Amino acid sequence: MTQTAISVTGLTRRYHGHRALDQVSFEVEAGSIVGLLGRNGAGKTTLLRILAGQEFPSAGSVLIHGAPPTENEAVLRRMVFVREDQVYPDFKVRHALRIASWFYPNWSPELADALLADFELPPGRAIKKLSRGMRSALGIVIGMAARAEVTLFDEPYAGLDAVARQIFYDRLLAEYAEHPRTILLSTHLIDEAAGLLERVIVIDHGRVVLTADADDLRGVASAVSGPVLAVDEFTAGRVLWDRRRVASQASVVVVGALDEADRARARSLRLELSPLTLQQLVVHAAAQQANTADTLERTSA
Amino acid sequence: MPELAGLDEGTPLFAQIAERLAEEIADGGLAEGERVPSMNELAAFYRINPATAAKGLNLLADDGLLEKRRGIGMFVASGARKRLLAQRREQFASRYVEPLLAEAARLGIGADELLALVRESAQSLPFNTQGGVTV
Repeated sequence: MTQTAISVTGLTRRYHGHRALDQVSFEVEAGSIVGLLGRNGAGKTTLLRILAGQEFPSAGSVLIHGAPPTENEAVLRRMVFVREDQVYPDFKVRHALRIASWFYPNWSPELADALLADFELPPGRAIKKLSRGMRSALGIVIGMAARAEVTLFDEPYAGLDAVARQIFYDRLLAEYAEHPRTILLSTHLIDEAAGLLERVIVIDHGRVVLTADADDLRGVASAVSGPVLAVDEFTAGRVLWDRRRVASQASVVVVGALDEADRARARSLRLELSPLTLQQLVVHAAAQQANTADTLERTSA
Repeated sequence: MPELAGLDEGTPLFAQIAERLAEEIADGGLAEGERVPSMNELAAFYRINPATAAKGLNLLADDGLLEKRRGIGMFVASGARKRLLAQRREQFASRYVEPLLAEAARLGIGADELLALVRESAQSLPFNTQGGVTV
C-alpha cells in the first residue's frame, strides 16, 4: 500500500520563450529518499520552487499528497523547502529557529539543538555574520528539525566541507530511520549521496531523461578500455555510449550489466573494466537525452 | 566512494549487503540463531538507504538463510552455515580453479608444473592437507 507524495504531470515553465521545464512528469512515493540530479541550469531549482509553491508553472500540474501547493497553507505546512543560498532577514540563528518552530507542526526543538551542536552553529550569532557554510548548515537544521512530511533540499550544502557533509548524510539517515518522510534532494555531489538514494530523477535541459531505482543503476554501464581490437571484439553487438581512441588504445562505455563470464572474457582479452559511478552515468544520460531510459530498459531486460 | 565502508561501484548495494552477511554466516561470525543487524543498523553502518539494506536482508530471508521473527528482527536460520559452505564448495572450481588454469595456460605453465606449485605453496602455508573444513 504505497502512497504518492509528489505527483508532477506535464509540467512546463517558460521564461521569455525559453523552456526551463519541458513536459516534466514523475511521481515520488511517500517515505522515499529521491535524488534530483542534473547539471547546473538543468531545471532542478525551478522544479523545486514550483513544488514548494513559490513559483507558478506555465502548464501542467503538481500535487503534494493529492493537493496543489500554491497558496495552500495546509499543504505548505506539511512541506519544508531548503534552498541553496537561502536569504534570511536580519535575525540571530535562534530567532530563525523559533520562527520556523511556529510554522512547522512537527518541529522538534531537541533535534534542532542537537543539530546546532553537530554543526557547531552558535545560536546567538547574527545570521548575516555566518559564513556561507554555516548558513547552509542553518538551512539543514531547519529542514530536518521541521520533520515535514515532504522535505525538499536544493543543493543544501554550499560551503560545507566534507566532514560537515558527512554529518548531514549521517543525521539525515538517522532521522529518516526514526521519522520516515519523503525527501527530495537535489545535488551535484552525486557519488557522495548515491548510497542514500532510493530513486533518482535525472533532468537535463528541462526534461526528465531518466528515472530509476538508484541501486538498479549500479553496474548497469561500464567503461571498457584496452587495445582497439580487443575492445572491438568484446563490445561487438553491445550498446555503446561513448567511444574514444588514442593510438592503438580504445575506451568505450558499454550499456548493460556484465556477468561473471563477461568479466572473465574481458580479463582474458586484457581489458580494463570499470563500472560507471552514478555521477558518470548521469553525465552520459544527459548526453544521450531522452533515449537513456529506453536503452537501460532494453539492455537490462 | 570511501564513505560507503568499502562497498564497490559495480554491483547493486543490496546484493553486496546480502553477500557480506552470507560471508559472515559462512565464517561463523554470525552464528545460527543469532540476530542479524536490522535494516536501520545496516543502513547507518554502510551509509545507505534503509530500503536497500532491507532488500539485502530479504534476499537472504527468501533463500531461507535468515528467518524473520515478528517484532524482534531477523535471525540466522539453522543449517544456514552448512548450506552456504556447500554452495561455496560448488563454486570453488569456477571461482578459483578456472581462472588459475587460464592464467597458467597464458604463461605456458603445464599441469604437472602447476600441481607441483600448488603442493609447494600448500606446504609453506598453514593449510589443512587432509582436506575438509574444520567446523
